[in-house]
Amino acid sequence: MSWFNNPKTPKTPVGDKQLKIPEGLWLKCENCKEILYRKELEKNLNVCMKCNYHFRLSASQRLGLIYDNGVYTEFDNNLAAIDPLKFKDSQKYRDRLKNSQENTGLKDALLNTQGKLGGYEMVICAFEFSFMGGSMASVVGEKLSRGMERAIQLKIPFMSISASGGARMQEGLFSLMQMAKTSAAVSAMGRAKIPFISLLTDPTMGGVSASFAMLGDVIIAEPGALIGFAGPRVIEQTMKKPLPEGFQRAEFLLEHGMIDMIVNRGQLRNRLVQILNFFNSQTAGYAGKDACGQCLTV
Amino acid sequence: MSKNSLEFEKPIDDLLHQIKKYEDLSSGGKDYKAELQRLRKKLAKVEKEVFGSLTPWQKTQLARHPDRPYPVDYFNMMLDDFVELHGDRRFAEDYAIIGGMGMLEGRPVMIIGNQKGRDTKQKIKYNFGMANPEGYRKSLRLMKLAEKFGKPVITIIDTPGAYPGIGAEERGQSQAIAENLMEMAHLQVPIIAIVTGEGGSGGALALGMGDRVLMLENSVYSVISPESCAAILWRDASKAADAAEPLRLTAQDAYSFKIIDSIIPEPTGGAHRDGKAEATVLKTAIKKHLEELDRFSIDELLENRYNKYRRIGVYEEQ
Repeated sequence: MSWFNNPKTPKTPVGDKQLKIPEGLWLKCENCKEILYRKELEKNLNVCMKCNYHFRLSASQRLGLIYDNGVYTEFDNNLAAIDPLKFKDSQKYRDRLKNSQENTGLKDALLNTQGKLGGYEMVICAFEFSFMGGSMASVVGEKLSRGMERAIQLKIPFMSISASGGARMQEGLFSLMQMAKTSAAVSAMGRAKIPFISLLTDPTMGGVSASFAMLGDVIIAEPGALIGFAGPRVIEQTMKKPLPEGFQRAEFLLEHGMIDMIVNRGQLRNRLVQILNFFNSQTAGYAGKDACGQCLTV
Repeated sequence: MSKNSLEFEKPIDDLLHQIKKYEDLSSGGKDYKAELQRLRKKLAKVEKEVFGSLTPWQKTQLARHPDRPYPVDYFNMMLDDFVELHGDRRFAEDYAIIGGMGMLEGRPVMIIGNQKGRDTKQKIKYNFGMANPEGYRKSLRLMKLAEKFGKPVITIIDTPGAYPGIGAEERGQSQAIAENLMEMAHLQVPIIAIVTGEGGSGGALALGMGDRVLMLENSVYSVISPESCAAILWRDASKAADAAEPLRLTAQDAYSFKIIDSIIPEPTGGAHRDGKAEATVLKTAIKKHLEELDRFSIDELLENRYNKYRRIGVYEEQ
């Protein structure tokens, strides 16, 4: 009676489809299927008015929402990948890079920026998911490290906004080693007492979650974000059983003690300012002379 | 002949088998000198042909060879003494990683390695060498213990990767690996990491950050397994041999990229042909690197370690 045992087709992960919100006046929420008026959705920070589903944002959209008046300066935007492995599958790595560069207008999958948040000067590195799935290879690792080192040098807080499938396989071991490199930079920030806020958005997986992203002093996730080490399909195949409801979603991680909080996009800026206030308080006298005490600027 | 022979090892095993036969016959009194000489010459030629030009996939197969010495075999062959320490003090004991207090020619070292297991029972117990978060947390606990008492850390790596399981995710596989990387970046004792078999992605790197990173001649180290890479690229895991090429996962590749510090030679045909000899070579290499690292102050060591990883990456500034 094989029809009883028909294998369930694994659910397509929510998120792969709404990378680009289709053009038009109206669109459908991928989660609750509600028809939404685009202008209203944008006014609501691309969060579904009905089910609170957080649509993916580009790196520049995110930074625009977080920095004071959306103003920031970009650094190291002249860094570009070369192809150390001469990697080629169905397509050359060089061609994949070129396509992503044309589609996003960026050279690689990360923006390294500096600006003010609630009056505090800070460094924010934000992933661009639509650039090869936000994958981390040499350029991303280098820019993250430079961002963290700049935060150390200027004694200002550092924040990362992750949206990544993990390490980029087209740069092989170079990509894997970016995990070590960025984690070492986090360790350096720790010793310099630089506050590190890590924001995890949909998705934060593999080599990104298994390195700097899970090392924040404070870890914040967006509602519903997929966060984990191995991909759900791989785990399902390994375990040979269906995954629990809500597995690897932000709420699941909160429940298991892996993150500090889940914050709605609309409340994020306020929450970040609260956190920065704590770290920058001039009344705290225990942090020692190396502490990040000069963060408050004007 | 080993029942575990790989396809490309078969001609060599056949010859070895024949040589053995003639040797046995010789001991019976009759003289087979000429045959033996001919066979040995042929063996040398075939070995050179086969092992002189291994493909990346063949190297991957050698790195995973069921007869290959596993980390714990090297512990047994290299150390004068070993006291195993168990548990992460958080949740559980993870047998996929073994570690403890070792004596390397009279010198105390904290030694940690992956466990794969030879028979089915062991393989299940050791989870095929795939650690859960507890394994990484145990290893970190041992490293911190080593730091506290000023003992160097040696890690011997041979794992397909970190375990992709439900429980592993629930208990923070990512967090456990990430924390190891951060802590190893500033651990105040020398660390030497050696990939002896499979260096499977983040699960290998979680033990693999060090002042010296070495690889055995026929070991591999990769951001993703050829099988998974093929599954992503062509939706077909059976094309692993094709995926092994572009990944550049051999020890020779890693060395040419300056990602590892040196390659430890193996006997012709691989470490499993003479495990004892390999253990001696490995031990000599560890001792040499330890002595070199002894010359640095802790501050120098940590600065060099940071710079070692800081410079890895290739890009252009346009």
